Amino acid sequence: MTVTPAPAVPSGLASARLGGRAGRTREQPPTGVSRTAGYWFVALYVGLLLLLGIAPAAYAIYLAFAAHTGGGFASAFHAAFTDYRFWPAFGHVLEFMALWLVSQSVLVVGLVLMLHSMAQRVGAVFRFLFYIPGALAGAASVIVWLFMLDPQASPFALILHWFGYAQFNNTIAPGNLPAIFAIMAFWTGAGGWIVVMYGALNNVPHELIEAAQIDGANPFQTAFRIKLPLIRKWVVYMLVLSFAGGTQLFVEPTVLAPAAQGIGITKYWSPNQLAWFVASEYNQYNEAAVISVVLLALGLVIAGFLVWRGRLFGAD
Amino acid sequence: MAIPRRYAVRFVGLVVLLFFTAFFGVPIAWLFLASTKTDGQLLHSTPLAFGSLSTFAHTFHRIITYSGDSLLIWLKNSAIYSFGGTALAILAAIPAGYGLALTHFIGRRTLLSITLIVMIMPATALVLPLFLEMNKLGLYGTVWSLILPFGFFPFGVYLAYIYFSSTIPKDLLAAARIDGASEWGVFRYIALPLARPVVGLVGFFAFVASWNNFFLPFVMTYDNSQYPVQIGLQQLIGSTATFNPADYTAGASVEVLRRPDLAMGVLIAVAPVLIVFLFAQRTLVSGMLAGATKE
Repeated sequence: MTVTPAPAVPSGLASARLGGRAGRTREQPPTGVSRTAGYWFVALYVGLLLLLGIAPAAYAIYLAFAAHTGGGFASAFHAAFTDYRFWPAFGHVLEFMALWLVSQSVLVVGLVLMLHSMAQRVGAVFRFLFYIPGALAGAASVIVWLFMLDPQASPFALILHWFGYAQFNNTIAPGNLPAIFAIMAFWTGAGGWIVVMYGALNNVPHELIEAAQIDGANPFQTAFRIKLPLIRKWVVYMLVLSFAGGTQLFVEPTVLAPAAQGIGITKYWSPNQLAWFVASEYNQYNEAAVISVVLLALGLVIAGFLVWRGRLFGAD
Repeated sequence: MAIPRRYAVRFVGLVVLLFFTAFFGVPIAWLFLASTKTDGQLLHSTPLAFGSLSTFAHTFHRIITYSGDSLLIWLKNSAIYSFGGTALAILAAIPAGYGLALTHFIGRRTLLSITLIVMIMPATALVLPLFLEMNKLGLYGTVWSLILPFGFFPFGVYLAYIYFSSTIPKDLLAAARIDGASEWGVFRYIALPLARPVVGLVGFFAFVASWNNFFLPFVMTYDNSQYPVQIGLQQLIGSTATFNPADYTAGASVEVLRRPDLAMGVLIAVAPVLIVFLFAQRTLVSGMLAGATKE
């Protein structure tokens, strides 16, 4: 899953600034500073925010609640929730996320701690190498992994044969899809998080680690008892953000579909695909809007939670 | 004979590191090498062997001229959407970041909170609502249905906000005001010249995000002449014999592509972003760490 091509923005944490020095009193500009100039500076951005952020969300909510051909107030919700494709789509994505989030958390943390214990220059080379696949986020990474999963051409053919896959169709069997998407998501996204967490670790005072070593901590103890607790909130941040992004899965199953004809991957494998499917094939915009609103609400709750927590983080 | 534990640990670490180096690196190396080989060589030679430069040139020519220069059309479209979106993102984000960081107005904190929330929310959550809206507004199928959403870039606003609030001393601006500079003058002649690094940063991120975006153009475009290269890549899969045997055996009139053609297509499609990644690595990393350092 390609959450964003520019990964890992450790921003929620810095939002502590919001609470700021001025406290909760209404803003009083220093003398000589205009009270209205600020509006001009933010005007274009606010216009875009209203037109492309607030308006579409509001319109989707409106459509979700607008009467569904003859039905009542919440009939589009009823139609969506009883759609036989609705729950399987969420089920697929949940399965994908379970695999992805667990493996990503363990592996990213493990790799970061490992790279951080190496010489600075050597670590930098690996960090860069792991980061490069991020440039292929989107359709490109899916195609790359189609090649990697094709036992006939793949450089990893040996491993695929171990698993008993001799044909491309064996590898991309429906039951394997959540794992395959998890691998793609990890491949493009992990490097960005490694870079970010490494940066966070570099903020750990060197004396702290030295003190632990003088006290006789071995590298493992230093890594797990000192460093890990200090980047814990980054791990939480990564998990929460990845969870929000993961629910949106769209590119991978869509790009994979033409390559997997007859294997059983439908055009509504994930919720976003289903929303697009009912909108584009059946013009059921109300039902599509319901699915969007559910996904939007998930994203909003998670983002709101992080921003709110960001303030709490600022307190320590 | 017991091997000292220290060495065993190091050995295990080395194996793990090698495994992940292969996992992250081999697919990219393979992609470059695949474009130098014929389909037959791809199947029968060592996976990480080099083919030949003449095959590379031949494959390059094949994919560029495929289906009436489609790839070039897609690249041109990608360029229009991405550069248009990036320009708009910079134009909106830099003054907005400045306004949020260094001016005072009612609603400033609220705007900041909304920006953070929208920034953290996955951008894809808004794609279908945007489609419904653009459809309603009659902008569906026009370049604006892509350039406008690409130009709405809250992360850029946040970067500019962090930059202005941490690098430009308020005293400097106050001094300029005392000397009689207008609010616009302060921005234009003091803040903007100092903002060059953050303009670059916002530009990079906006460009990469727009170029790699798949979902939005997938929904907003419906004709080959409109597709950006991300959607074009999906078309290429459909024409590749290996991944689409149905079309191949039916003897359809579609031009049939081979695996090396597709690999070359991917390389060309990601080249602009790959170049940005390679040459602007430091800048990108510093951007990702923007929030990581608390002063």
